Formats: sequence, structure tokens, C-alpha cells
Amino acid sequence: MSDRVDQHCILDVKKTGRTVKITVDDKEIEAYEGEPILSALLASGIKINRYTVKKHEPRGLFCGIGQCSDCSMVVDGKANVRTCITPVKEGMVIKTQDGLK
Amino acid sequence: MLERDVVVVGAGPAGLAASIEAAKAGADVLLVDLNMKPGGQLFKQIHKFFGSSAHRSGTRGFEIGKMLLAEAEEAGVEIWLQSTVIGAFPGNLIAIEKGTDGGNKEVITMRAKKLIIATGASENVVRFKGWTTPGVMGAGAAQTMINVNHVKPGKKIVMVGSGNVGLIVSYQLMQAGCDVVALVEAAPKIGGYAVHAAKIRRAGVPIYTQHTVVEAVPGEDGTVCKVVIAKVDDHFQPIPGTEQEIEADTVTIGAGLKPATDMVKLEKCQLTFNGPFGGFIPLHNDRMETSRAGVYVAGDATGVEEANTALEEGRIAGISAVESLGLIGESEAEKKRIEIWGRLEALRMGPFGERRQIEKNNILAEYEEKIGTAVEME
Amino acid sequence: MSLINTGYLEPEELRELQKLPSEERYQKGPVAVIECVQEIPCNPCEAACRFGAIRIGDPITNLPQCSHEKCTGCGVCVSKCPGLAIFVVNKAYSETTATVSFPYEYMPVPEQDMAVTAVNRKGEPVCEAKVVKVLNPAAFDHTPVVTVEIPKEYADDVRSIRRLQEAD
Repeated sequence: MSDRVDQHCILDVKKTGRTVKITVDDKEIEAYEGEPILSALLASGIKINRYTVKKHEPRGLFCGIGQCSDCSMVVDGKANVRTCITPVKEGMVIKTQDGLK
Repeated sequence: MLERDVVVVGAGPAGLAASIEAAKAGADVLLVDLNMKPGGQLFKQIHKFFGSSAHRSGTRGFEIGKMLLAEAEEAGVEIWLQSTVIGAFPGNLIAIEKGTDGGNKEVITMRAKKLIIATGASENVVRFKGWTTPGVMGAGAAQTMINVNHVKPGKKIVMVGSGNVGLIVSYQLMQAGCDVVALVEAAPKIGGYAVHAAKIRRAGVPIYTQHTVVEAVPGEDGTVCKVVIAKVDDHFQPIPGTEQEIEADTVTIGAGLKPATDMVKLEKCQLTFNGPFGGFIPLHNDRMETSRAGVYVAGDATGVEEANTALEEGRIAGISAVESLGLIGESEAEKKRIEIWGRLEALRMGPFGERRQIEKNNILAEYEEKIGTAVEME
Repeated sequence: MSLINTGYLEPEELRELQKLPSEERYQKGPVAVIECVQEIPCNPCEAACRFGAIRIGDPITNLPQCSHEKCTGCGVCVSKCPGLAIFVVNKAYSETTATVSFPYEYMPVPEQDMAVTAVNRKGEPVCEAKVVKVLNPAAFDHTPVVTVEIPKEYADDVRSIRRLQEAD
């Protein structure tokens, strides 16, 4: 988890949540329970969340607060889940959203 | 049917302050917010705030957020998170969708005797070639990642925009351990406070005024791998031949904010366009009441400013709402409002603030001229 | 003003905009140098100074005025300024060296006796420096104040140090 902020002059960045495993496109990664799914993905270097319907262009984090939908993914079989405002649960199965598939 | 004296939409500084004032006066207050946590953007403000001691200046934004949450809890404010208002109907009815994406969502229709809209603002975008490439994001999005989620959005950052957001987030990205390799500003001058610019200059960040991003270039993996910037002419058009490439994996756009007006539109509040305040905003009077009787506004949704002004406007909205419910007397409410408007005036002074004071006065005058008295929704 | 085009002040510009300590005062020991030159609504420095040396008054957009005679160079204001725009300069530190104290909110925070690179207002390296003091009490609220020793001739230029690399 090299892309975590692991030291900070002002903030207490020590994680207190439980470490859990989630699956992203058939690969298992570690995450903290309750953190936004998007954070866990960024911490594992995953920056593409979906591909657009018509032009098949990649999209990733853009607003980070649930307004733009660019970070939507398929979570436990349900599409259009905004990963920036949806908390991690143990065993979640996440897939890059590919158009309407 | 479920009923509350006051429903506040948006749990940022304005919404929290409004809720606290209303609840302290004895109102039954429900505060709804679409996010996982309350506080709006306060919890990502880790710098010490400006302002006077009346505004807890010198205190970091997230500490102010903690204090407000504690006050709200003590005052008995009920908070619904992951909840979005999706409908408004005559008779002061609203529909709230509650629950997470992908999970079970329910829609609750309820009566809000008084409604306070404090939905904040959303980030503006600059559209250059490749602006949708993963790795290009709002400066506020990057700030949320580092300061709230404690993850780095990237390692080498190009910041677009030298307003206070661009300057402060650049500084905070470095505090989180990222490198800011350039800050690009199309105007000839730095937009934000000089002291914020000075902090990042001392840290070695080059500031390119009269420059813009021409392209964010994706690498093989589809995410940003380099950024092309160029000098601009007096019409902000890139000058051919002045391009330079910068190795970076992230572009953060700090190009200002625009008031989030979906909710005020839903309530059919009358809007006006105001450039300095960031776009269309709801007309309101000095009680923060809109053209719709019983519908109040506060904070960035009424014009983009900062957390302190949002807090003060929120207080006015909360006080006015409970006054119209008869929970506090007119003279007490008026006295409090006069005090708060005085503090707001102090916040809207100096070369950076006076324009906002003038515009605020214009908006209040426009309300008197066009609306005068708020009316019920038909 | 180059400040709003570049983000930094040349020492000459600063002198025009803010009352700086006289050379005579500098020779007496540590003194606050306030580099706050825009009228913004902000006044925590005024309350921070228990010697009453800093005055803003009403309206709060006034620039802070520092009475360098009252100032003891204690440095409390350095950590309290939200704009990180106050420094303490001691040109009487030794025969040949001066010290500059500045706020430093990055990780890792330097430690005493560490050799560091001092930088100017543009972030350009100016000289080698030695950390002589790091203060970070709870009252500073996570704004450590670092003091470095530098050759005297750079005392008006040095305002920070090059960020230390994160240990991987």
C-alpha cells in the first residue's frame, strides 16, 4: 500500500480500521473496512474505474464527493456504484465498469 | 407522515451552523447529507483559518468541523447521511433517497415546515485535450484524497489555477508527500492570497502565470504520463511554439467553484446570475429567505465564498427559520442577525473581500426590487 | 508588485510594504519579521503576542504593525500566523552567523544538529545550514518552528529549507 499517506505533520494518518480483502477484476487487494472503495483502489495503484459507453474511453477519480459519477464501478454485481462515496466491506467483488456491460 | 420543524440539506459549515441555531432554539431539526460523513469540505481544510478571533481564526478547518459536530450533537440535531433530496412538492413536502449505491435504498417522503438549503458548490472544469484522462481531477478531489482518505492521488502533480484553492491544495499535496512540479495560471497575476503563494514558492514550486495546460497525455496504461503546457496570449489562447512538456502523473484543476443550485431549482426558487459569486445563485433577503416562503439558503450555494462566511450565513438562516416558527421572538432574532451581518461585513473587507460585499448588497437589493415578500409554492 | 506575478517578494519590495526591523535592532538579537503585505481579514498574530508588540486593530484587514522594540523574538507568532508569513531573525547569533526561524509543516521534520540546505523566498538554495532548534509544543498546533544557523550575509534571504526526502 505504497500510495497511502503514511506520515503527516498535522493529521493523524494511522489507520485504525480493520484490514480486509476485496477483489478487483479477479485480483485480491487489501483495504480498510469502511474507507471509500476508491481510496483502497488508489492505494493499490488502480486509477481506472470505468470505460465510457460509446467511445470506450477510460475514466477515473474526478470530483471525489459523489457528484460526477466518473468513478462508478460494478460492485457485487450492481453497476453505477460511485466508489468515492461507497464504503468497503469485507469480501466485496468489484469490477471495472465497461460501458453498459 | 414524517414531519420536522426544520430540514437542512447539506452538512457543511453552513448547514451545520443553521442546524445548531435552529436546534438550540428548540426546533426539531433533521440534517441530511449525501456523503459518508458530515462536515462537508471542512474536514479537508487542514490549514489554520484566517479571520478574527470571533471566527476561531488560527484554528484548523477540521478542528472547527469537530467542534461543530459536537455542538450539533449536543443541540440534538438528527443527521441522516448518504441521503439525497430527490423531490420537492407543494405543501412543503420533500422526498429523500436514503442508502448507499448498490445497497438497499429507500425513498422517504416527509414534511419540512422550514427548509434550509446549504448544498455548497461544485468544482469548475478546464477543458483541454485529454481532460477526461484518469489522473486529471478537481483540486478539491485531490484534497479529499490526501486529507480525508489519506491516499495520494498521484506522485507528480501539475496544478491548474492560482486561486486560494490551487495554492492551498498545492501546499497540502506536498504535506502529504506528493511533488507539485508546476502551478499553471492563465491570468498574468496570481489569484489567491500572496502568503499562500509564498509558501509553495519557498518549497520550490514554479508558478507559471500566463500559461495553460494544452494537453494531458495518456501513457500506455491509459492514465496521465505527461502534461504539455504553453504560454497564452492576452485572449488566453495558447501561443504556438511555446509548448513545454512536464513529466507528471496527475493534473489537478483549481479553476474556481460554482454554487450547487440543483436543490434551489427543485424548490423553484428564483435565481440571478452573479459572476463574482460563481454563477447562478438564489435571490435571498437579509434573513436568507429565498423567493419561496419558508425556504432558506446559506453558504456557497448562495455564492462561492469561504467557510467563515458560510457559517455566519448558516446561523442567520437557522435563526430566521425558528423565528418564523415562532420559537424565538422577532426582536431577539433581529438583534442576532444584526450582529452576524456586522461580522460578515468584517469578513468581506479589503481588496479580496470588498467586491463580495458589494455583490451581496446588490443581491439583497435585487430581492427587494423583484420579490419583496416570499410566496408559498403552488 | 512582483509578488502577485511571481508569488514571492524581493527583499527591497518587502521593505517598501512592511516596516522591517532596523539594522540597529537586528544587532540586539532575535526579532520578528512579518512578511504580510496584503489587506486580508486576519488577526491571530495580534492576540498571539503577549508583549503587545503586534498591532492590527480595527478593521482587521489592516496590515500588522510590529513594534520591534517591544518584540523579544520569542517566536510564538511564527506558529500562530495562518499565512505562515512571520519569521524570527537573529543577526547577533555569533560573530559570523545569524539564525532564521520559520514555520515548517512537512514530514519529516528536521532534527537538531541536522545539516540542511537553506532556501530563499523562491525556493532556491542559498547556503548550507545547521538546524539549531526545533520547537513543536502542543500550543503550536502542529506548526513546528525550525531555527537554522547560516552565514550572516544570508539572513535577509533565507526563509526555509529544502524539503527533506521521505524515508522509503
